[in-house]
Amino acid sequence: MQLAVLAIYLLAALAPWLCSKHREQTSRILALLPAGLTLWFASHLPEIIAGGKVIQPYAWIPGLDISLTFVLDGLSLLFALLICGIGTFILLYAGSYLKGHHHLQRFYVVLLAFMGSMLGLVLSDNLITLFVFWELTSITSYLLIGFNHQDDKTRKAALQGLIVTVAGGLALLAGLILVAIAAGSYSIQEILGQADVLRDYPFYNAMLICLLLGAFTKSAQFPFHFWLPNAMAAPTPVSAYLHSATMVKAGIYLLARLSPELSGTELWILLLTSAGTLTLFTGALLAIRSTDMKKMLAYSTVMALGTLTLLLGLSTELALLAFSAYLLSHSLYKGALFMLAGILDHEAGSRDLRELAGLRRLLPVTALCTALAALSLAGLPPLLGFIGKELFLDALLQGPAAAWMLALVMLSAISGVGIALLIALRPFTGELRAPKPVEAIHEAPKDMLAGPVVLVAASLLLGLAPGLVEGLVLASSSAVLGAEQTGYLSLWHGFNLPLLLSFVSLVLGLVLFRFWGRVRYHLSKLNPLFARGPEAGYFALMQGLVDLASWQTAFLQNGSMRNYLRVLLLSFAGLTAYTLLSRYQLHWNWEVSLYLHELILALILLSAAVAACITASRLGAVAAMGAVGYSVALVFVLFSAPDLAITQILVETLTVLLLVLVLFRLPSFTRLSTPAERGRDALVAILCGGLMTLLIMITIDVQLFPPISDYMIEQSQPLAYGRNIVNVILVDFRALDTLGEIFVLALAALGVYAMIKFRPETAPGANHSAGTLILPPKVRKSETSDATLSDSPSQEKSP
Amino acid sequence: MEPIMALIVGCLYAAAIYMMLRRSIVKLVIGLMLLSNAANLLIFTSAGMQRGAPPLIPEGALRPEGIVADPLPQALILTAIVIAFGVLAFAVVLIHRAYNIIHTDNLDQMKDTDT
Amino acid sequence: MMKPGTLILHVAARFLVPLQMLFSIFLLLRGHDEPGGGFIAGLVASGALALYLFTFGAMMTRDLMRVDPRNLIGLGLVIAMLSTLPGWAQNEPFLTAQWWPMTLPGGTELKLSTPLIFDIGVYLTVLGTVMTMLVALTETEER
Repeated sequence: MQLAVLAIYLLAALAPWLCSKHREQTSRILALLPAGLTLWFASHLPEIIAGGKVIQPYAWIPGLDISLTFVLDGLSLLFALLICGIGTFILLYAGSYLKGHHHLQRFYVVLLAFMGSMLGLVLSDNLITLFVFWELTSITSYLLIGFNHQDDKTRKAALQGLIVTVAGGLALLAGLILVAIAAGSYSIQEILGQADVLRDYPFYNAMLICLLLGAFTKSAQFPFHFWLPNAMAAPTPVSAYLHSATMVKAGIYLLARLSPELSGTELWILLLTSAGTLTLFTGALLAIRSTDMKKMLAYSTVMALGTLTLLLGLSTELALLAFSAYLLSHSLYKGALFMLAGILDHEAGSRDLRELAGLRRLLPVTALCTALAALSLAGLPPLLGFIGKELFLDALLQGPAAAWMLALVMLSAISGVGIALLIALRPFTGELRAPKPVEAIHEAPKDMLAGPVVLVAASLLLGLAPGLVEGLVLASSSAVLGAEQTGYLSLWHGFNLPLLLSFVSLVLGLVLFRFWGRVRYHLSKLNPLFARGPEAGYFALMQGLVDLASWQTAFLQNGSMRNYLRVLLLSFAGLTAYTLLSRYQLHWNWEVSLYLHELILALILLSAAVAACITASRLGAVAAMGAVGYSVALVFVLFSAPDLAITQILVETLTVLLLVLVLFRLPSFTRLSTPAERGRDALVAILCGGLMTLLIMITIDVQLFPPISDYMIEQSQPLAYGRNIVNVILVDFRALDTLGEIFVLALAALGVYAMIKFRPETAPGANHSAGTLILPPKVRKSETSDATLSDSPSQEKSP
Repeated sequence: MEPIMALIVGCLYAAAIYMMLRRSIVKLVIGLMLLSNAANLLIFTSAGMQRGAPPLIPEGALRPEGIVADPLPQALILTAIVIAFGVLAFAVVLIHRAYNIIHTDNLDQMKDTDT
Repeated sequence: MMKPGTLILHVAARFLVPLQMLFSIFLLLRGHDEPGGGFIAGLVASGALALYLFTFGAMMTRDLMRVDPRNLIGLGLVIAMLSTLPGWAQNEPFLTAQWWPMTLPGGTELKLSTPLIFDIGVYLTVLGTVMTMLVALTETEER
């Protein structure tokens, strides 16, 4: 399974290359992998249905209890099949839908990366790994939503989605860590069966709320639902994939995954059922207001997510069976409907229900598929959606649901039927009407139709013969229940209350369909209320953040480097002095054993430093610095550090060369500050210097830990066969540090090279050199005439 | 020797910071150089100073005779010296480049050009 | 570039540079046992080439070096990175030192090892870094 995820990532890396090589065929080639994976996962069906589990351990960071162990059980198998199965068709669909798009390669890369992350998310057994994949889906979905990045609105929508889900992700991380602390392990398999420990954990409420924040933001639950409809700015294949079957279900997946351990408490039931119901109702209300098919579908996805949360909240055996059945049926029809909406947009030129009519003759396959998928959405027999909906109503009636919830669910069900009818009938019946001319409207290409046809056929087939998926659904809900699930799926349950309710909602839904225009008109009176919804809160929060940032920037970061330095130094001196003195008191050990030559050396060093400060000429300063450097080298010589002494002398020599080359091209010293300023700076300097003296005095006297160098001295010859211990440390004991350091050197050299060699060209359209990145744009024009150091690369070899 | 060195390091730090707080960018460079020397000596001194006992193992022996100077800070300082050179070169060239573009060596006048 | 009155410098550079380069290699190889090593040897070598650079200019230094100093940086980093891998192949942690001692015909023992390869990487990186900076600076000077 690790290989499966890895293979998808690898394919993502190869996609641009394939794209440039095979062009039109790319999507078909790419789709082979998820198709193969679907079959591979399907081959595990018998084992999982029999109650088995596939566990593939792989250690990642054993010291931190983080592993890449993957587990396949009923729930993850259901998700994995959906991710790979729908993913296959989405790739095919995208290949046609975005044909000729100049960023198509990028799209494939991100889509595949998303697929891999999503698969990793549902397979990982480790909470931290799960979180990593969770965040990866957030980031990749940000890139997917913002795919048409030239559009301002798209970028905004993508960022909104990212901020909301990632903020939730932070809370989730806290929640997951609390779970791990309570259960003593990050492994879900080890947490299983510790339900009592978790429920009695003193911070259970905090833990649950953190987890729910993560799941609710990801799965667009009220009051975080607003980002999902905005995310419809994404290209249709993305919406069909992310916003039907995969990414938004990640939150639901997480809740289901942890449900055996966490569910059943009052808080769980209260929060999940009420959030679910409110989400369902909000979605229903907003859906019926929309005219854009994609928006409408997005809100109906919000409804479905609400339903799933509600079912998890009920957490009865029946509710969890309904959960799995509803999850499956929703993914099938919603994926299809999104793709169909995309086809309409693509072929007829609009997704607005008011602009389309009578297309059934021109797009017969699309019309048929849409009708069937919408029937499943409405929950009508003989489709899988009907089974899911019946189970849902049954579970709701038998479960611990309040009366207001029932009422809202009923209202939503009516709206659901209305939406389904609008989508199924509006664009296809009546007199022909479309923005595109009739001659230009054709049935979509095979690649685009493949997905909807197969998904709709599956909905129909599984509705007629639910026995085919019964095993999978039962296995999945067993995993959510944490115990063996019994029950069965069937189209016909006899005449009972849920059937009656279905019938009532169907009739009222028909009425809603008939008077849609009037209903929308009346709902529009509520517009001021919608304008004050949670999204307004989001914008207020963002505005506040921006205001805070600009205030603090104006206050702390006024652009004067010397100010920053002063603030930094003073706070450093204050904090360090406080810690030092409060912990270790003053150490003032003046026992000095000193030779005369050492004292003379110290005095030379001191006077050279002072000279460097007070000299008025650059040459004097460079000479004084040389004196400082060589005196330091002498200190190293006297106190047993031959390697250091050699290095210091060599570097000192090279530094002089460097300064000769550059420093003398700078202006000579000028005296700019007033005596008062100089006094103030001298005070800061003396404070910091005095502190450093104190620090050394203390470190000489206080020994907190045994030195680690004893080991190195002992083992230098026996282990590392080296007699120069300093060099042994550099290239053997601490070689990783050295490796990092030579990389720093290389970077410094490249930086210097870039600054010297590259400069912006003034010719229009030629601003590609690296120099443009470091230049302030304002003065770019005046720069060329008087750059003395800059040199264009073409002149590199002039004698 | 350590207390004397402690005083010297303090003075070097003070000198470095004083120079870095000047407005002239050339003085900033001098300050940087002083600072790296001061930091190296700080590490060197706080590890304790040994006369005439370099961390070398005589040929044929398995470990050094008697107490030797601590090799670990020496290894740290050795790379620090080389890196300080790299950083100094970078800073000097950066300052030179900035000077060529905005024609001032006054740090206070450089603050608005990043907008 | 050939400024008048630099005869002594010219002669000195011609003789000193090869000697200094040899000395740097000596320092590099003995670094594990005596004072020396990649950093110091790299600096000595850069010093030698810098002397040549100041005497004869950037063009001739480039001709002498044959390779672009920038490529030396890359080469050094790659060599240092490569030296981390043999440990892996032995199923030990990344960077674990491996030793392949061998006796040369003269009877001296040569301690071939990954730390030595690593040190060569450090040597080349340091040399490349210093020379990249100095050559680039000198070239703008000569423009």
